[in-house]
Amino acid sequence: MRRLALILCLLASPLAAVQPSEVLDDPVLEARARDISKGLRCLVCQNENIDDSNASLAHDLRVLVRDRLTAGDSDAEVVDFIVDRYGEYVLLEPRATGSSLALWLAGPAMLLVGAGVALAYVRRRSRAFPEDTSLSADESARLRGILEE
Amino acid sequence: MAVGDTAAGLQFIMIGVSFAALTYAFVVSDFSLRLVTLNSHSAKPMLYKITGVWGNHEGSMLLWVLIVALFGACAAWFGGNLPPSLRARVLAVQAMIGVAFMAFIIFTSNPFLRLAMPPLDGNDLNPLLQDPGLAFHPPFLYAGYVGLSMTFSFAIAALIEGRVDAAWGRWVRPYTLAAWIFLTIGIALGSWWAYYELGWGGFWFWDPVENASFMPWLIAAALLHSAIVVEKRESLKSWTILLAIIAFGFSMIGAFITRSGVLTSVHAFANDPERGMFLLGITAVFMMGGLTLFAARASVMQARGVFSLSSRESMLLVNNVLLGVAAFVVFVGTIWPLVSEMFFDRKLSVGAPFFDKAFTPFMIVLGLALPIGAMMPWKRGQMRRALRKLAPAAALAIAVLGLTWTVQGGRSLLGPVGLMLGTWLVAGALTDLWSRTGTGSISGRVGRLTRLPRADWGKAVAHAGLGVTMAGIAGVLAWQTEDIRVVTTGDSFDLSGYTLTLTDVRSEDGPNYEATIGDVTLARGDRVISILNPEKRYYQVADMPTTEAAIDIGFLRDVYVVIGDPQDGGGWAMRSYYKPLANWIWGGALLMALGGGLSLSDRRYRVAAGARKTLPGAKVPAE
Repeated sequence: MRRLALILCLLASPLAAVQPSEVLDDPVLEARARDISKGLRCLVCQNENIDDSNASLAHDLRVLVRDRLTAGDSDAEVVDFIVDRYGEYVLLEPRATGSSLALWLAGPAMLLVGAGVALAYVRRRSRAFPEDTSLSADESARLRGILEE
Repeated sequence: MAVGDTAAGLQFIMIGVSFAALTYAFVVSDFSLRLVTLNSHSAKPMLYKITGVWGNHEGSMLLWVLIVALFGACAAWFGGNLPPSLRARVLAVQAMIGVAFMAFIIFTSNPFLRLAMPPLDGNDLNPLLQDPGLAFHPPFLYAGYVGLSMTFSFAIAALIEGRVDAAWGRWVRPYTLAAWIFLTIGIALGSWWAYYELGWGGFWFWDPVENASFMPWLIAAALLHSAIVVEKRESLKSWTILLAIIAFGFSMIGAFITRSGVLTSVHAFANDPERGMFLLGITAVFMMGGLTLFAARASVMQARGVFSLSSRESMLLVNNVLLGVAAFVVFVGTIWPLVSEMFFDRKLSVGAPFFDKAFTPFMIVLGLALPIGAMMPWKRGQMRRALRKLAPAAALAIAVLGLTWTVQGGRSLLGPVGLMLGTWLVAGALTDLWSRTGTGSISGRVGRLTRLPRADWGKAVAHAGLGVTMAGIAGVLAWQTEDIRVVTTGDSFDLSGYTLTLTDVRSEDGPNYEATIGDVTLARGDRVISILNPEKRYYQVADMPTTEAAIDIGFLRDVYVVIGDPQDGGGWAMRSYYKPLANWIWGGALLMALGGGLSLSDRRYRVAAGARKTLPGAKVPAE
């Protein structure tokens, strides 16, 4: 059954996700906080970001993000601050460095391989194609003759 | 060889009996069965007593093998037009799959374990599963997963026979289509359930368990397109066989991911290393066996049809490459946390933001190429000619892009691009249908439109459905608005041009829960549109709260209201969302399934079945 993990998280505490009390007065700052929150993992949940999560740890992180933003940190500084404390595991989008480059390049590399193989196959198939199947001038004249009869 | 038919039928009936026995135990709440005690309760509504049968690991595995046997029995009963040797081999492979999973059930997950001391009442089914959307989500998904076992059996049988021809393509395509339709409906039901049940209107989370169902869907979509090339043009044979093997492989990997708990350590369904190992073993045996056989025999298959670079065949290859690579991206992203931790000692997460970036581009390219590919003629065509026919559709799509971008005032391109793709796909599908009616007077062409083969309609409807889904996803992601606040009774607030008023909060008792219900009036100006009743429920037996969102469903938008906890200073936390085009996501999925169904009912599949009845044994395909 899918999403039972998610469900477990909902059970962690019966709070709703973002609470009215957490919301910042400055809409621009709040929007930035929401954006950052969507990329941070709720550490006690299964694949859930802190913006959607009801766990109390996620609440703490949301407040932390907002505190840093109000203190004047840039988005990147806030994320770095949290990664320093909780490790890379907290990022839902792994950074494209070191071994994780393979993760990011897997798709494009596979596309190149797939396109190459497909192109080679099509080449082979089209080479088997008889060179010129269009009608010669003589044949088209005859065809026209037949059609007009 | 003829024994196989009887055996397949018998296998189905026997498993059917044991499934019926388990269902009976749930219906009468026989708490001497461990499974019933753990997953049911005497006060539960009858519908959920029955759906509780598959709302747990053991029962769902029994349903799984029941469907394996059902597909096998279908091949035995309705496969009269198959050559006897091919049919026997298909049934043999299918039975092997059945036996493997039955061994899995008996050795690791027996649903019929008894309790020496039956308790007075059960533990109840997880309340979140007590919902019509989710009650029927698993059977559809299993039918899809298991339907792919049938295409696997056909592929293995064809490899053993050493013969893949147009007829094989025609036999295997209905099963692929059926499996794909079931998967489409199953995934859509799950997504819809998440949307209205989990309380913030998310519809897709890129959760490993969701990905487990999405990968087979992508591969099945690729497979049913390449099977057309086998059927009509006798090309792409070994590729199609390979896809059939991989598709079932992804089904089994899906079962492994869902049930082993390797990737989802807090996953409640089955967290048993022994089960995981057993499933991994089954997957490995079937995949290695299948791929070895493929490596040894693939060269036997000779492609017949020739085609040039610009042709329907080439465009279907583009479809296959894009869908295959997209499935691969999902696969790598799903297992990467495991790989990274095992081999690089780096503990990380791969979540929605990664998939959004890495997966979406392939779907955009697919959407752009699709209408062109659908209009290309077989064998050799001119892309210029297809493009010229599509010029009005393209102009419309670009106009929609420009218009929405201007109206929204230069925010992210997501919304406009999604709507443009949607328009392009729907208009492209209509252009395709219209161009199939040939030339002549308008009325003549309209008449011909109704007489087009159902496969043509199915193709257009399914492709348009994809466009509708794409537009829906983009619309809701780009333009949704949200409001979170504390509301006391009598308060009003605005949400994207609507006014919401909380008039009352009251308590009510359900059959096995207590509910707190809010009365929220949704109005536009002075006109009251509806009264919404968001609920918070508390299920006593399971000791679990749930939220029930109230949604005013509209064609162009949903208004989605959730009531939260009472606040210390009085009032209630309330979250409300305005979600443009939300229903298009599942509406499009329904269209895709409907298109699949239309294709499935096409004359050429029915005729094959009918010919058998009228002319028994009249024509035996030459060996």
